Amino acid sequence: MTTVRFYTPLAIVILIWQIFAMGSVAVGFMPEDMLPTPAQVAEGMLHLAQGGDLAYHVSVSVYRQMAGFLLAAVVGVSIGIGMAHFEWVKTTIEPLVRITYPLPKSALIPMLILVFGIGHNSKIFAVFLGCLLPVVLSAYNGTRGVESQLVWSARSLGTGSIRMLWKIYFSAALPEILSGLRIALAISYTLLISSELLISRAGVGYLIQTLGEAGEYPRMFAAVFIISLIGFATDRLYINLMNWLLRWREQEA
Amino acid sequence: MTAREPPGWLAALPGFGKRFGSIIVLFVVWEAIAQFNLVDPFLLPALSDIVRISVTEFGSGDLGPLVFYTLYRTVVGFLIAAVVGVAIGTAMAASGKIRWFCEPIVSFMFPIPQIAFLPIFVLWFGFFDATKIIMAAVACVVTIISATYLGTRGIDKYLLWSARALGTKPHKLFWNVIIPAALPPIITGLQIAFPICLIVSIVAEMATGGQGLGGYMMYHQNLGSSDKMYLGIICAGVIGYTLIEGFSWLRRRLLSWHTESVMTV
Repeated sequence: MTTVRFYTPLAIVILIWQIFAMGSVAVGFMPEDMLPTPAQVAEGMLHLAQGGDLAYHVSVSVYRQMAGFLLAAVVGVSIGIGMAHFEWVKTTIEPLVRITYPLPKSALIPMLILVFGIGHNSKIFAVFLGCLLPVVLSAYNGTRGVESQLVWSARSLGTGSIRMLWKIYFSAALPEILSGLRIALAISYTLLISSELLISRAGVGYLIQTLGEAGEYPRMFAAVFIISLIGFATDRLYINLMNWLLRWREQEA
Repeated sequence: MTAREPPGWLAALPGFGKRFGSIIVLFVVWEAIAQFNLVDPFLLPALSDIVRISVTEFGSGDLGPLVFYTLYRTVVGFLIAAVVGVAIGTAMAASGKIRWFCEPIVSFMFPIPQIAFLPIFVLWFGFFDATKIIMAAVACVVTIISATYLGTRGIDKYLLWSARALGTKPHKLFWNVIIPAALPPIITGLQIAFPICLIVSIVAEMATGGQGLGGYMMYHQNLGSSDKMYLGIICAGVIGYTLIEGFSWLRRRLLSWHTESVMTV
């Protein structure tokens, strides 16, 4: 029951919201549409779910997010480990990282739409580009920080170079890679929703945008909370996965 | 007999090549692709064309103010988030009740895409500065809260005990011990939060239009003048670079006493 107790303040916030929304409509502080009550938002969620549209838009968004994120994870980890291992990879990539790191990746969205069209690919690429650098940097720092004793012992015990890469470098860098991926996960949703809000024909961002334009505010709020819940649930799942992957490590408090 | 030393500029060449080599190669390849018409110039205009157009755009005084507006909204939003975030984070570390109330809210707000709230803010605050600034602040405040909270909570207990044992008054304890000790993690939090702030404020400008770099890029994307759109991307990169470098400089100045003051990216 600790989980229930932990989230009690959220319930209090929802209660305050309900009272505030009802009160502000009653005294005419805000028109009814502009601040729906939690009950109305829940009703909106139910309506969206019944229409069948919701499942479609959610699946589109999740597909784009997963595709971009996984692509960034694979490419980013490879580049990061490569940078730590081979001097020429580092010499090639490092200056590019240095000039692209400060660029807010959302500025690339109009260009990606121009190049890849308004369908899936421009969104997948936006997510991919947003996630790539945090993953590269965490894999690079993690691999570089591997203890030399580990490498020496493994080598002296006759570990081959492929096994070495997998068993020693990757495993030792895993904690750092996983925390980099968690940052990337948060960024991935931001870029996904940004590009869907701006120009698209499907996805939860598109749903929010069209519901807002149609003046269906309770449903728009509902869609906003649905994507928030998806982001939150993904993060929780990811933390569990991370703890499971790192179960060999001493538990940190 | 010693070998003749190469002249200074030649000796510096390998270092220079290492630092900038691949950037130069990238620019040359980009220019070559455009010059030989390998890619539709509409999709990838020549670098030289973008440079040329930047002179006319800045020269006519059209683009300069837009860059300023973006900078202004991002910095104001960020400063609001910094003040609010550091205050809440410190309060969470200081008081059990506040921590009990805020912790679940922060842990819920942290992984969600705050940008999804943009249409709600537009509904409440309109299309103008207020929405853009609030959006930028909301997007990065949670990161600042959690960095401040973790940093302030992690202060060495012995530091507090010794200061107290030596008779330090509570308000002096706060300003002279707690704040300096918490400063490094707080600044790290601010450094992590800032890029998010810039990403979101550009999206907010793109979505709501009006004056600003985001609006400029969307406008020219719709118009099909892709060279100006690319110019917008480069300006956004320059803003990001300047502010991030400024942050590192500030960190080095403020934390010159701290051993880990030099953070590498």
